Amino acid sequence: MSFLHIFKKSAKKRATLAQGQVVPDSSRCVQCGICTYNCPIEIDVRAYAWRGEAIHRSECLTCGECVARCPRGVLRFERTDLFRAAAK
Amino acid sequence: MRHIIIGTGVAALAAVESIRSVERGAEVILLGDDPYGFYSRPGLAYFLSGELTDKALFPKTREDYRRLGFTYRKARVTKILRDDTSVQLEDGSLLTYDRLLLATGAFATPLAVPGSTLQGVVKLDHLNDARNILKLAKRGRTAVVVGGGITALELAEGLLARGMSVHYLLRGNRYWSNVLDEQESRIIEARLQEEGITLHFHSELQEIIGRSGRVNSVRLKNGKTLKCDLLAYAIGIQPRADLAREAGLNVERGILVDEFMQTNDPNICAAGDVAQVYDRISGRSVLDSLWNAAREQGYAAGLNMAGRGTPYVKSMPFNVTRLAGLTTTIIGAVGHGRDDDLVGIARGDSETWRELPNAIVAQSGFDVNRVRILVGEKKLIGAVVMGDQTLSVPLQTIIAKQIDILAMRDKLLAQNAKISDVIVDFWSNLNPVN
Ligand SMILES: Cc1cc2nc3c(=O)[nH]c(=O)nc-3n(C[C@H](O)[C@H](O)[C@H](O)COP(=O)(O)OP(=O)(O)OC[C@H]3O[C@@H](n4cnc5c(N)ncnc54)[C@H](O)[C@@H]3O)c2cc1C
Ligand code: SF4
Ligand code: SF4
Repeated sequence: MSFLHIFKKSAKKRATLAQGQVVPDSSRCVQCGICTYNCPIEIDVRAYAWRGEAIHRSECLTCGECVARCPRGVLRFERTDLFRAAAK
Repeated sequence: MRHIIIGTGVAALAAVESIRSVERGAEVILLGDDPYGFYSRPGLAYFLSGELTDKALFPKTREDYRRLGFTYRKARVTKILRDDTSVQLEDGSLLTYDRLLLATGAFATPLAVPGSTLQGVVKLDHLNDARNILKLAKRGRTAVVVGGGITALELAEGLLARGMSVHYLLRGNRYWSNVLDEQESRIIEARLQEEGITLHFHSELQEIIGRSGRVNSVRLKNGKTLKCDLLAYAIGIQPRADLAREAGLNVERGILVDEFMQTNDPNICAAGDVAQVYDRISGRSVLDSLWNAAREQGYAAGLNMAGRGTPYVKSMPFNVTRLAGLTTTIIGAVGHGRDDDLVGIARGDSETWRELPNAIVAQSGFDVNRVRILVGEKKLIGAVVMGDQTLSVPLQTIIAKQIDILAMRDKLLAQNAKISDVIVDFWSNLNPVN
């Protein structure tokens, strides 16, 4: 599969539904708390962002609320650790 | 071993974390004069706009603090007595230290026009400022905002969200002209006007006029007067370096530190907005008033204090922010570094990305999603990604790691190049997916 697919919306959505996890880029995070505030099931997304850890919580609905609301583009859905490995 | 840290901002917290990562036993005392301790400063803008409650601004729980095991005292430090290795608190008491960290941050540059002390003249530095603004916004109807950077814009949008009618004064002919290019400024301006903010270009404050001690109107240098109930300003920031200066430490604009965040006194470190950090790459000492830089510096300072000094390498500057609702990432060297619109440094502004880059500009955009890249001989020098952020992480990496871009340089600079495709192609070859 070409990487280009990740940039295509439909492919992105499918990937998310299949096995999406929310991954933060902690160097962009300013700990504002909007993600945590808006998570419908009260996962402390911000705490994960502080530690730079992916949100591996089985309850995560992958609803995308946190990803969409973060004003800093910190969070994204990811299938693999591809971006993260490269960004470090 | 006793570590004393002055400040409760992100630099201070990061220092506690790094000290604790290597030293379980040492005593750590945090002294801070902010009544609320550690909270997200950038988050204040979202508290102002009503997207967050004040409670949500606090990233750490009691449990987090307990785990870190430090003592917190709400107190203002009035003096550093280097000969006695102690600090003096406002009540006159003394506390001795083995290692001291100054993480005192920065404060908003005060306005220097007549009328600045009237009730209703506000800035956004602390949670108390934000609370005060909200109180005044309830009473008032019209606000005037002054300042060319991000915080001024946040003030304008926050006040608008609170139902005020907002006039935004810009000294020059466009928004944030020392970082954004003309099109980018215009995109932001158009969105602000759509939201309902009235922009006034070539407008500078001359005087704030009060009635019974309260703001009533402002007079501009061009002779115009605007009636208003509130005047909000964000015209730059100043490191809180007085303690250090009075203690005889080397201070320029900020406290001068070496790569280990150490001042000229081996027992004293400084980090965050108050520090002026030596940058190995440029060979200069620069201010970097950004959240993440403060966090990294605090972490490095803590390690040094715990005797595990590792040099802090200033990472390539980048700032992610929301401008008129558009997520905007500014990476590397961008802008021309002159100040027609700012006094001092804007909140969240880094000096480095305002240096003049020696590069060719490539850009592409549709609607509001826009990418501008500064292309050097062999590497990318800087970029601005506005709106869709898909490209910001690849660009950040390519620029920070100074990856050789020869394979895509011509394609990037070709007429009408589809920049996004070129970058994605290049990136996917760097990071192949099976
Ligand atoms: C409204 C606003 C928006 C911002 N937006 C962004 C952004 O979008 N992106 C970004 O990267 N950065 C942004 N910043 C900047 C960012 O918040 C700072 O770079 C960062 O918080 C600096 O952390 P610090 O620990 O150095 O200092 P601070 O957080 O300022 O902490 C300093 C602490 O020291 C205490 N102190 C000072 N002197 C004394 C004394 N004598 N005795 C006791 N205590 C003392 C103060 O009370 C304070 O608690 C913004 C800041 C503000 C205010
Ligand atoms: S919303 Fe984004 S910037 Fe704010 S705390 Fe969450 S991850 Fe960090
Ligand atoms: S994807 Fe939804 S459920 Fe999962 S952490 Fe984000 S907001 Fe919460």
